[in-house]
Amino acid sequence: MDWGFILERTFSTMFGVEVMVFALAAVGLNVQFGYAGLLNFGQVGFMAAGAYGLGVTINYFQWSFLVGVAFGIVYSILLALILGVPTLRLRADYLAIVTIAASEAIRLFVRWRVMKPVTGASEGIGEFSDPFYDTALNPFNVGQRYEFGPFSYVGRDLWVLLVGWTILIVTVLIVKRLMSSPWGRALKAIREDEDAARALGKNAYSYKLQALAFGGVIGGVAGMLQVIQKGSIQPDTFNPVITFTIWAILILGGPGRTWSPIVGSMIYWTLVSFLENVLRGLPEGPADTLEDTIGLSEFNVSQVRFILVGVGLLLLARYRPQGIFGSREEMALDDR
Amino acid sequence: MLGLLAAMLATVVGSTASAQEGEDNGSSGESASELAIFGQLDFEDPDSAEDVPAVGVVIDVEGVGQVETDQNGEFRIEVPGAGDYVVSLDVETLPEGVNLRNPDANPLESSVSENRDRRVLFPLVFGEAEENTTGAISFRRVAQLTVEGLKLGLYLAMAAIGLTLIFGTTGLVNFAQAELVTWGMLTTYFFNFYGLAGVLGFLAPLPPPFGGGVNLIWAAAFGMVCGGLLGYVLNRFIFRPARGAGVSLIAQMVMTIGLSILLRYLFVYIFGGGPRTFGDYSAQRAWVIGPVELTPKDIVAMLLSVIILVGVATYLELTRMGKAMRAVSDDRELAESTGIDVERVITWVWVSGAALAAASGVFFGLDQVKWDFGFRILLLVFASVTLGGLGRPYGALVGALVVGLTINLSTLLIDAEVKNMIALLIMALILMFRPQGILGRKERIG
Repeated sequence: MDWGFILERTFSTMFGVEVMVFALAAVGLNVQFGYAGLLNFGQVGFMAAGAYGLGVTINYFQWSFLVGVAFGIVYSILLALILGVPTLRLRADYLAIVTIAASEAIRLFVRWRVMKPVTGASEGIGEFSDPFYDTALNPFNVGQRYEFGPFSYVGRDLWVLLVGWTILIVTVLIVKRLMSSPWGRALKAIREDEDAARALGKNAYSYKLQALAFGGVIGGVAGMLQVIQKGSIQPDTFNPVITFTIWAILILGGPGRTWSPIVGSMIYWTLVSFLENVLRGLPEGPADTLEDTIGLSEFNVSQVRFILVGVGLLLLARYRPQGIFGSREEMALDDR
Repeated sequence: MLGLLAAMLATVVGSTASAQEGEDNGSSGESASELAIFGQLDFEDPDSAEDVPAVGVVIDVEGVGQVETDQNGEFRIEVPGAGDYVVSLDVETLPEGVNLRNPDANPLESSVSENRDRRVLFPLVFGEAEENTTGAISFRRVAQLTVEGLKLGLYLAMAAIGLTLIFGTTGLVNFAQAELVTWGMLTTYFFNFYGLAGVLGFLAPLPPPFGGGVNLIWAAAFGMVCGGLLGYVLNRFIFRPARGAGVSLIAQMVMTIGLSILLRYLFVYIFGGGPRTFGDYSAQRAWVIGPVELTPKDIVAMLLSVIILVGVATYLELTRMGKAMRAVSDDRELAESTGIDVERVITWVWVSGAALAAASGVFFGLDQVKWDFGFRILLLVFASVTLGGLGRPYGALVGALVVGLTINLSTLLIDAEVKNMIALLIMALILMFRPQGILGRKERIG
């Protein structure tokens, strides 16, 4: 077994694109769930709104990249309004049901063959990300591989990473600042006791709607960064498992804490990458044993990850709903 | 249940190999190791009303080659490996007067999975191809869509009642309900092909029902028992301890989501990603009844589901346990104070809810067996339950019928591909204007 290779891959994952994208999406979910107590089970829908806002604007309307980003954000806000307006006055679980359903409906809609000229239907959108890489701001050579100690990335990814991590850190700092502002404190008060907050004259409905939209926009930006790195938008990558992975990451880190999305995302992806690389890199003997006993082959290795997400969510929600580093005081997995 | 899963895991290699033998009876004999695309072409002769094979029709698989159909109208093209292929039928070579029923479905995109030959269908008709566009509203189409809507609604109702009963008695929205549907479908598939224990490779030589496969009807009964069993296990070992430990409802909801994705990916791990069909009654010709076409299995399944639903209603109305379920649904504390053993009621709700979901999975499986089937109808189940009012069993029944009919009839006006989005629309509207559901009582749910 090539441990050097496995460790190099694992280390590179630690600050890689997946960690960044999922951490950012989890920051959005943290605003919605961690601070405002909203059960958004459709975060992937917001990612899709951002991604398609960007792709459709550039590819179909032939407008510029920055306008595309603006549209991605507008779409995310619109989605939040569509989901939030009918549900946020109701009990918390209605939002959960509607968001999970809506995120699937969005996927069905963009891959509808009638939408082919606009969204590319099941083939998705290919050409839209070039302006991001061709900009004069990009200091890296897109094709070259850069190595820093155990970390190794292609120049193209490095540019995405530089932009993405900057956005991520800035967003986390903004969220941190916001949550200690009067707005954030009102939000947490609503999470803790909506009736009490309303009795003090806070418009809980409006606060929750704002939190849903704000978290949705962060999710939308995460979606944009993801498709920019891939260079293409595929409708089927926006499936509900992504949402549940984001939930696992957030609960792993601890909901309602500033840095928890980043910590959770790093832990999750490092574990997944290490496990997958070990399983894929197994020498003949043990690999054959595994294939004979539990039918593990290179075709279903990637499913092991999702099985683990499921087990992880189940156990965390049961035994440590406050996350690994969370505190019971900030625990948001509580009845309201 | 974990033991059974482990057993299935242990023999997954052997079972997928023998699944292939079970699947394509006859045609694969000498070349079992090669993957192929196969099928049979025939059409109904209008004079004799008998099926006539279409001989000498050229079928082409892009990048692989072409063959002609033989005396029985059968064809078989070996393909180099799993993947997506484009299959086309040369219309010029069809017998005179025969046309494709759906000319748009030629060429077909068809994906061949790892260990299984792929059947492709080109339905043929004698005479002109049927009009099948969204614009034309004819009595025939309305009637056909109504019947199909009823069918969908009946099957959905069984899954939805389980969900709404669990919610009513425990306050928990069970996102894993979809996987209970798939579980029923898959266990039935396994019993249908391997019998009670044939999944364990070394027990396969035993006679049915232990080793070999059993008829689908028996398999479906076993499947429902397995459904109830899983419901019991989930409640007894996961959710009852969680309730006891004071885990909040929202945390429990996240637990059901974890459970849902755990089960779903275990299913695809064991079962593979491709769609399959049950061993019996898979290719039936539709009966024409008045303006409506229905296969015999659909008729039987619809009748059975009506019987099951009437049974459920009778149970809820007349038996002690049924009354207790409704009482706990209405007001848990009040029910408890009148001496009802709430935990016992909840156990029965999980068992019967899961068994009903499994039955729904079996009926849906008559068309297609797939690892993520339940998840794909989850939206419809939620829409049904919300429409009827969360926690109201009769509401779920009415809601499911309305959802089934609405989304099928909606294809008169909109593209069938996005018909499921109608369910979301229904849900948004009902939440905006009557959040307690059509049968729910007006109470504070804010």
